[in-house]
Amino acid sequence: MYQYDQYDQQMVDARVEEFRDQARRRLEGTLTEDQFKPLRLMNGLYLQLHAYMLRVAVPYGTLSSMQMHALADIADKYDRGYGHFTTRQNIQYNWIKLEDAADILADLAKVEMHAIQTSGNCIRNISSDHFAGAAADEVTDPRPYAELLRQWSSFHPEFSYLPRKFKIAVIASDTDRAAMRLHDIGIQIVEKDGTLGAAFYVGGGMGRTPMIAPCINEFVPLDQLVSYAEACLRVYNRHGRRDNKYKARIKILVHEMGAEEYTRQVEEEFAHMLKRGIEPPFAELERIRTYFEDPLFEEGASADIDRSDPDFALWVDRNTVAHKADGYVSAVISLKPVGGIPGDATAEQMHLMADLAKDYSFDELRVMHTQNIVLPHVRKADLHALWTALDEAELGAPNLDTVEDIIACPGLDYCSLANARSIPVAQQISERFAKNGKTEALGQLKLKISGCINACGHHHAGHIGILGVDRKGVENYQLLLGGSEAEDVSLAKITGPGFDEAGIVDAVETAADVYLRERQDGERFLDTYRRIGMTPFKEALYG
Amino acid sequence: MRILTGNDLKTGAVTWWTGSDWSLHVEDAVDVTGNEDEIARVEEAERRVNVPYAIDAEMHQGHPRPAHIKDRIRALGPTVRQDLTLKPADPEIRNWVI
Repeated sequence: MYQYDQYDQQMVDARVEEFRDQARRRLEGTLTEDQFKPLRLMNGLYLQLHAYMLRVAVPYGTLSSMQMHALADIADKYDRGYGHFTTRQNIQYNWIKLEDAADILADLAKVEMHAIQTSGNCIRNISSDHFAGAAADEVTDPRPYAELLRQWSSFHPEFSYLPRKFKIAVIASDTDRAAMRLHDIGIQIVEKDGTLGAAFYVGGGMGRTPMIAPCINEFVPLDQLVSYAEACLRVYNRHGRRDNKYKARIKILVHEMGAEEYTRQVEEEFAHMLKRGIEPPFAELERIRTYFEDPLFEEGASADIDRSDPDFALWVDRNTVAHKADGYVSAVISLKPVGGIPGDATAEQMHLMADLAKDYSFDELRVMHTQNIVLPHVRKADLHALWTALDEAELGAPNLDTVEDIIACPGLDYCSLANARSIPVAQQISERFAKNGKTEALGQLKLKISGCINACGHHHAGHIGILGVDRKGVENYQLLLGGSEAEDVSLAKITGPGFDEAGIVDAVETAADVYLRERQDGERFLDTYRRIGMTPFKEALYG
Repeated sequence: MRILTGNDLKTGAVTWWTGSDWSLHVEDAVDVTGNEDEIARVEEAERRVNVPYAIDAEMHQGHPRPAHIKDRIRALGPTVRQDLTLKPADPEIRNWVI
C-alpha cells in the first residue's frame, strides 16, 4: 500500500504543529469559537452532541495493520475504548477532548494518517472499491488513481473553499461497490480496445435532494485524468451557488444548468487545462503504482475448504468474496453483531483485526462504506483459523448483505444534526430478524437508516431505506423502498405516512413478508419490488 | 422555564448553568429566563463554556427536564451505550429520555 514520501510527511507534520498552535490559542482565549471553528473543522474536529468528535481519513478505505493498531491505541488512550467506522470509509471518535486533539493528530501522523479535509467545503477523502486489488472483476486496481487524486486534491488552493463539500469515488469494475454514481464525481476506470481510460459521472449525491450522476465523458485518457477532474471542479467552483447551502452541491448545478451544458463547459475548460500542462509526470503515477503491486500470492494455494462445521460454512458462504488469485478470497468482518451498533469496534477488536490482517492478509485491511472491515487477501486454507478468532471476539456474524447487515448513521444518539435515533432502530431490526429466522430466506436485502435528511446512512439507496424525522418533537420514521447504490443504481421512494419506533420495525417485517409472498425464482427483494411496484407493499403496510 | 447549556471548552463535555458555575448534571440547572443572553456572553468570554445557548425545559420530579429529546440525550449520553451515560446503573433512565 502507499507510503508517504518526504513531501507527504512534511505536509502532515506541519499541519499538526499548525493546529497545535491554533488549539493553544483557542484554549488561551486569543481565538474565539467563531474564529476557531473553521480551523478545527479543517482538521476533522467537530463539536457534536456530547463532546468533540474527530473524523480521521482512511484514503480509499485502505489500512495497514500498523495503522489499525494506531487507531485502536487512540480509542484507548484518548477516547472511551471504541471507534465508529463510517459510510465514507473513515473512522470517527466520539469523546475527544480539545486539549488532546493535537496529540492525536501527531500520533496519526506517525503512521501516515491525518484528519485533513474530513470536513468543510473542500474535496473530501477519496473513496473506492473495498475489494480493489483483490476483486476478480476489476480491469485494474483503482487505488493508484485514487491516490493520485488524493495528492492532487490535498491542500489544493483553488478548491479549499468550494460552494459545498465535494466527494469523489473511484472504481474499476462494472460491479459498483462504492456507490460511485451517488458521488459528486464518480470515476470508473474502463477498458476500451485494450486501453484504460476513465468514465466520469458528475452530479450525483444523496442528502435532501438525491440524484444519480449522469455520465459526462465515457473515456478520458488516464494521462489526462487530473486535468479532467480539475476542469469539472473549476466549472463547479465558478457557477456553483454560494447563496443557499441547500442548493450548493454540484448535483444542483448539473441539474439546473443541464448535463449537456455543464459537459460543454467542462470540455472547454479541459481543453484549456491541457494547455496548462498540470498533469503530473508519468513517473509519478508509476511511483504510486509500485505501492499497489500484488502481494506474493502463494502459487497453487489450495482451493479446498473443510465445511464440516455448519456455522463456519455459513460464514464462508455469506462473508467471503471471490478473489482474482486462485486459492484466495476476500473475507468480510462484520461489525454488525445482532443487536449491536453498526460500524462500532472496540479497541480490542481493532487490535485483533490488525493482528489477523498481519497473520492472514498481507498486513492489509479495508474499511467498507457499509461499515464493515475487509481482509482482502486470505488463503482459503486459513479461513477456519480466521473465523475461529473472529467468532471468539464477536466479529464472526455471518450476515454480509443480509437484512441484518444494516447501515446506520450515528443518528440522534451522537449527531447534533440528527432528528431521530438510527442505531436503536437498527438494533431492533437485526434482533427481530435474527429471532424470526427469515434472514436466510430473504437473501440479499440492503437496509439503510439515516437519522436526518442529510442521508449519511444512505437511506435513498437502500432496498429498504428508513429516514428518521422530527414530528413535533417526537421521533418518526419514514419507510422507503427500491433504492440501490450498486451498478443498478436507483433512488428509493417513500411508501407513505411514517411510523413510530416500534411501528417501523413492524413495517420492515411487513415489507419483507410481501417480498417472500410475491417473489419469483431468483429474485432479490429489489427485483420483486421493481417488478410488482409499490402498491402491494402499501396495501400491506397501510391496509 | 429556560435553562442554559453549552460544552466545556477543554473537554467538550455537556454542561449546564447552575447560577454560579457549570455542572455536568442537568438536575443542577436553574431557570435563566430573561438573563440567558447576558450569562452566555459573560461565560463564553471567560472561556468556561463553548457556544452556550438556552433551551426550553420543564420541572419533572423536582428537577429540570429539557423539553426536546435531543437535549435530553445531550443531558444523559447516548441511549445505546448506557454504560457511557451519566446514569449507567439506572434502569429507568430510558423513560426519562424518551
